[in-house]
Amino acid sequence: MNSAQATPSSDRAQAGPMFESKTSDQAPSLDGTERMEVSMGPHHPSTHGVFRMDVELEGETVVKLKPVFGYLHRNHEKIAEGTSYLGSMPYTDRLDYFNSMTNNWAYALSVEKLAGIEVPERAEYIRVITAELSRLQNHVCLIGFLVQDMGALGTPLMYAFRERERILDLFESLTGARMMCNYMRFGGCRCDVTPAWLRQAHQVTEAFPRFLDEFEALLSENEVLLSRSQGVGALGQDLAIAAGVTGPMLRATGVNYDLRKADAYGIYNRFNFRVPLGSHGDVFDRYMIRILEMRESIAILRQAIRDIPDGDYVHPKAKLRGFKPPMGEAYGRIEAPKGELGFYLISDGSPKPYRFKVRPPSFINLTILEDMCLGQTVADAVIILGSVDIVLGEVDR
Amino acid sequence: MIGKGILKGMMETARNLTGSFHDPERLTTVSYPEEKIPAKENARNFPFLVYDGDDWESGLRCVSCQICEKECPPQCIYIEKDTQKKADFLGKLQFQPKVFDIDVSVCMGCQICVEVCPFESIRMDRDFEYAKSDRFEGLLLHKEQLAKSNKYYHQIHPTEATETDAIRECKRQDHLAKERAKAEKLAQAKEAATKAQSKEPNKE
Repeated sequence: MNSAQATPSSDRAQAGPMFESKTSDQAPSLDGTERMEVSMGPHHPSTHGVFRMDVELEGETVVKLKPVFGYLHRNHEKIAEGTSYLGSMPYTDRLDYFNSMTNNWAYALSVEKLAGIEVPERAEYIRVITAELSRLQNHVCLIGFLVQDMGALGTPLMYAFRERERILDLFESLTGARMMCNYMRFGGCRCDVTPAWLRQAHQVTEAFPRFLDEFEALLSENEVLLSRSQGVGALGQDLAIAAGVTGPMLRATGVNYDLRKADAYGIYNRFNFRVPLGSHGDVFDRYMIRILEMRESIAILRQAIRDIPDGDYVHPKAKLRGFKPPMGEAYGRIEAPKGELGFYLISDGSPKPYRFKVRPPSFINLTILEDMCLGQTVADAVIILGSVDIVLGEVDR
Repeated sequence: MIGKGILKGMMETARNLTGSFHDPERLTTVSYPEEKIPAKENARNFPFLVYDGDDWESGLRCVSCQICEKECPPQCIYIEKDTQKKADFLGKLQFQPKVFDIDVSVCMGCQICVEVCPFESIRMDRDFEYAKSDRFEGLLLHKEQLAKSNKYYHQIHPTEATETDAIRECKRQDHLAKERAKAEKLAQAKEAATKAQSKEPNKE
């Protein structure tokens, strides 16, 4: 996309006011009106953080859109190359701050691949339980934010946050922190789960479907939601695959690709669950996929809490200090709530990684924002962005 | 019929509204400064230093080995060793920190210092009301602010503190056993020496 004529690059470098409008040099369109360029963000409430969209509008229709990110860049990968393997673990919490558990897991998985560490069975179960709980709270929040973008001011979001709070309480009583859990370790987890905690997790899991039913009664048939989301921001299968889109975004287009099934990392092949698929790839499908995925997560949680065995929660030979993996490289990936989250590590045998690369799902899912938004209205662009499910901590790293 | 979905949603909202008057499941908020949710036992925020006994200076467990300083990911700990040593709980002479600062404006509460500490000295606090008007000096905690008693530790993390005490008791027993073995060995060596001495004249 060559937008150099439309905007001088000097303007692009500085963050302008929230709505900066000016006329472009392009020829006026057929009906005699001029195109308008709007810079949405970086401090716009609809952008879920510090994210900017340079939108070119013809009337209300988006004819060009350029996502601009990097406002939250904090050098995660370079910092990781300067700290020990363990020292990067708490930094991964801050990538996608909604799902620190899955971030931890992806990182631990790649280090375990690199160093050839085995994970005890109980630890695998704990990981599945915590990851599925964080998937529940991520999806429920995403839907809350999405409908808030559609104009449902607060109510569904507050209900979503109420349920999320119960899961965060679980995380807090297990790990000590609500969001920045820093829970996984190479070869297991930091501390063991108690029977009381498992009972509590069971209660939360059993109470969740009732909430989901209520949430669906509140939203799924709502005419406003249907008319705002159906047929909006449709994404084709071919484009989605070509752009490397993963996660619920990809499955909403109907591609059956879930790393929990495709890779069966950890112990996911032991659980009986289905992968929901959409057919249109529009905003409504993305909404519905998340609701259905939450129901499958509950199914996994029930099985995992039922089957969790006794044993070690961390490999007895795993060590914290002086951890030096052998020379080599590894790529560990998991199905994070937002898509495929991968960590690519190169080790030169020293206590610090030689290269540390994150494959963030929300960043890659965001790259096709323009293709989804072209021809839609500005108000729809906001919803489409909301349905991508981005967290700027992960996009900018 | 158009509007049916909206009405159905409104029913849900009404149920939540009425439920919030009698059902604690539906009204989960508290009005914070007046009312506080009891802290979870595992809750962690910023680290503190544990001391035994009543005097914080002599009872401080930290031996300024500086492992936490090295391992801290954001490097918010600053330690300077004192030249004077003091006896620890085993009676061994150990170093002590002259300066032990934690910049809580940098600390991210990751608990790695706690995990790597071999002397059970640094532990996580759960106090979170740290707001200060001076963000530089006010948030740089020195060892006199960081030092908190083992009793306090038992108050905030009872399970963990009991486990820690058990580990320390184990260490003490090990140390005592070693001392005893050493003393016995010494005594045996002495005995052998005296025997050898007494034997020596017979040889001639």
